[in-house]
Amino acid sequence: MHRTTSPSLTMGPVYYLWDGPKWRDFHFRIADEAPVERVVIGETVCSKRQHFIEPHIAEVIERLEAAGKTVVLSTLSLVTLERESRQIRDLVADSEHMIEANDLSALGLLNGKPHSIGPLVNVYNAPTARLLAGRGATSICLPPELPFTSVEKIVAGAPAIAFEVFAFGRMPLAISARCAHARSKGKIKDNCQFVCGEDPDGLPVKTLDRQSFLALNGVQTVSHTCQALLGELAGLAACGISAIRLSPQDCDMVAVAKLYRAVLDNSLDADEAIMLLREIYPTAALSNGFHHAREGAAWVARARDTAHGRV
Amino acid sequence: MEFPRALAIPLAYMPLAAIERAAGLLFQRVLKEHPDLFERLGEYKSKRFAFLPSDLPLAFIVEPAGPSIRVTRKQAMQDLADASVEGPLFLLLALLEGRCDADALFFSRDLSVTGDMEAMLAMRNALDGADIDLPRDLSRLAGPLAPLFGEMGRDIRRRALNGETSRWN
Amino acid sequence: MELICPAGTPAAFREAVDAGADAVYCGFRDETNARSFPGLNFSRQELREAIAYARRHGTQTFVALNTFMRAGDEEIWYRAAADAVALEADALILADFGLMAHVAERYPEQRLHVSVQASASNVDAINFLVDAFHAKRIVLPRTLTIADIARIAPQIRCEIEAFVFGGLCVMAEGRCSLSSYATGKSPNMNGVCSPASHVRYRQEGTELVSELGDYTINRFPAGEAAGYPTLCKGRFDIADSPAYAFEDPVSLDVMGEIDALSAAGVSALKIEGRQRGKAYVAEVVSTLKKVLSAGPEQRTALLMHLRGLSEGQKTTSGAYEKRWR
Repeated sequence: MHRTTSPSLTMGPVYYLWDGPKWRDFHFRIADEAPVERVVIGETVCSKRQHFIEPHIAEVIERLEAAGKTVVLSTLSLVTLERESRQIRDLVADSEHMIEANDLSALGLLNGKPHSIGPLVNVYNAPTARLLAGRGATSICLPPELPFTSVEKIVAGAPAIAFEVFAFGRMPLAISARCAHARSKGKIKDNCQFVCGEDPDGLPVKTLDRQSFLALNGVQTVSHTCQALLGELAGLAACGISAIRLSPQDCDMVAVAKLYRAVLDNSLDADEAIMLLREIYPTAALSNGFHHAREGAAWVARARDTAHGRV
Repeated sequence: MEFPRALAIPLAYMPLAAIERAAGLLFQRVLKEHPDLFERLGEYKSKRFAFLPSDLPLAFIVEPAGPSIRVTRKQAMQDLADASVEGPLFLLLALLEGRCDADALFFSRDLSVTGDMEAMLAMRNALDGADIDLPRDLSRLAGPLAPLFGEMGRDIRRRALNGETSRWN
Repeated sequence: MELICPAGTPAAFREAVDAGADAVYCGFRDETNARSFPGLNFSRQELREAIAYARRHGTQTFVALNTFMRAGDEEIWYRAAADAVALEADALILADFGLMAHVAERYPEQRLHVSVQASASNVDAINFLVDAFHAKRIVLPRTLTIADIARIAPQIRCEIEAFVFGGLCVMAEGRCSLSSYATGKSPNMNGVCSPASHVRYRQEGTELVSELGDYTINRFPAGEAAGYPTLCKGRFDIADSPAYAFEDPVSLDVMGEIDALSAAGVSALKIEGRQRGKAYVAEVVSTLKKVLSAGPEQRTALLMHLRGLSEGQKTTSGAYEKRWR
C-alpha cells in the first residue's frame, strides 16, 4: 500500500508508572493539542500497576474520542499469571475499541477480529506480517530493532497492512520476570511498593566507567538514548509506512508531536528539528542506530557518523 | 598445577631453535592425524594465535594458514599474534585435547584471553571439535622417541585432569 | 523424563549421545540458529552423520532454527528447514511465525517444537501455537515458577520442555535487544548475544575489565570468579552504587526440583550450552543422567560437583522460584 498521503502520528502507550492524575492530564493535553491520529493507552509493562490508571481510563477515552482521535487499547507484554491471562481474555471479549497485541496470548485470542500488533511482538519479515494479517491484524508497529532494509522489504511484501515505525522515545529493549527496578531499591517484585513510580522517565543505569547506558522501568529495560527518526521520515514515508509512533517520555510530548508533524509536512527541516528536539528532551542523547543497521545506541548523522558511547 | 620449575628453568635457557624444532614436529604430527583441524576456523584461518604457558617464559604462535608454529620468548612476542590465551601449560594441553571446558576455566580465572575474541572462540571450537588425543597421536610418531612422547602425553593428561577435577569438586 | 542435551560440534554431539542423552539439539553453521558463534555448529554432512550416530544409539536429534528470518532472505531459513527435514531430524525447534507456518504447511508430518525464543509464557499463547502451527512441544521461557507450570500444563495441548541447567537468560527470551543496542547484533536477528566480535578483555592493574562495544560490562577484582560478558549479567552503577542490576554472573540449576517439575507436567528437561566444550557436555549430561535415577538425598552431592563449571561458579533456581522476581 504505497500511500500518497503523508504518514499519520500515533502516540504510543505510556510505558512508565505515572500516577493517575498525571497520566490523565497527559492524555487530556494530547487530546486537546497534539496532531496525532491514534492514541494507544493501557498498562503494557506491569500488571501490578493497573489500578493507577483504571479510574481514569473512561474519561481519557471520552476526551480523546471527542477530539477526534482513534483510541487503541494496549495489552500487557509479558503475561505469566492467571490474573493477567484473564484480564486479556476479558478485554478481547468485551472491548469495543481496537486492541493492540503485545504478546502471543493476545495474538491468539484476537484471531478473526481486526486488531493491531504492537512493537513488542516479533515481526521480522513479510511472511510473518502476512500470516498475522490473515488472522485479522490491520496494522503493525514494527520492532525498534529492525533496520530500514528490513522495514522496506516487509512493507513491500505485505501490502494489506498499515505499518508503523517507532520514531521517538527510549526504546523498549527487554522485559523480565524479575523486577530490576524494585531490586535496585532493595525490594522484590511481590513487595515492590511501586518504587518505579519514583522515576517517571526511567532509572538511569550507567556503566562502572560512568557511561550512560540503559534505564530501568519496572520489569522493562529501556535504552538510555532516545530513538529519534527525523532525517529518516521522508524515506519511511516513501517506502509506504502509514504511521509514525511517538513513545511518551516525561517531556512536552505535544511539542514532540508538533515537531514530527512539521517535518512530515515539510514545513520544518529535519536538521533543525533535531536541534529543537534536543531542547524539548534534553535528558538523553538521541540515537537512530537500529534504523541504519548499526548498534541501537549510535547516532548516524546524515553526513557523518558518531557513536554515543561516552556521555 | 604448574609446570615443574625444575623443567621450566632449563627450558628458559634452551636454544629457541631446538624448542621450536620439537614443537614443530609435534604440530605436524597432530595435523597429520587431524587434517581437518583448522577447517572450522573459516575466515579466522588467516589469524595468528598465541598460546602462552603462564609457567614458561615462552610463547607458541600458531598460524593455521601456514600451517606453522613458532616459538619465541614472551618479551619478544609483541604484535606477533592477533589473539592469545594464557594459562598453565597443562591446562593449555588439556584444552588442545578438549578435555577441559574453556569457559569454565575462564570463569575460574585459570585462563585469560586477549585480542580478537572471535578468532580465539573459533580456535577453541576448532580444537574442541577435533578428537585430538595427544598420547595416541604422538605415539604414532616414527622413530626412537615415540614411546617417550606417548608417555609424556599420558603424564601430562593425568596431571592436568587431577589438578583440574580436584578444583571443580 | 527426557534429557535434552546441547551440542555445538560433532565431537560434543557424540559425547552427549554416549553419556545417555535422550535427545541432542544442534544447529547449522549459519545464522539460522541462536548460537551462531565462530567455529561452532554443523555442516549438512556433519548433521547427516550425527543423526545416523544418534539413531544407532536410540537418541533423537532436534534441529534448532530459532532465529527470526531476515526480511528478504527468508530462503536461507526455508532451505535450512528443508535440509533438516530431508536429513530426518526428529524435530525442528522454531521461533519465527513465518517459518512455523512454512514448515507446518510444507512438511505437515514434521514434528515442530516451539523454541524458547518464541516467548510463549501462558496458556493462550501456547494454544495459539498448537492450533496455528500444530506444535507438538513448547520449550517454556525462563519466566515461570514451577507453580505457574503446574497451572498451565493441564490447559495446553502439547508437551512441555523446560530448561533445568546451564545459562540463564534473565530477560524474556526472544524479546531482548540489549545486545544489538550495544553491538548491532542480536539473538533474534543474528543468532548471537554479546558477540565475541565486540568483546574485549583487558587487565587494568589487578582488575580484569570486560567490555562490549563501547561499554564497560564488568570489572572483576583478582581472584573473583568471572562470567560471560553478557549485558544482563554486567555490573553497573545505579544511583551511584555499583551492583549487578539484573543478575549476578550465575547459571541455572533446578535439577534439585525434578520431582516437582515432573509433577507439574514437564516431560523433557533441557540443558543449555551449545557453546560449551565437549568436556562440559560429557560431564554435565552424565551427571544429570545420574541425578535422574538417584534418590533426592544423593542429588545434591552430584549437583555440587557441577557448580565449578558454571558461570561465576554459582547457580540459581532463577524464575522457577518466586522469590527470584
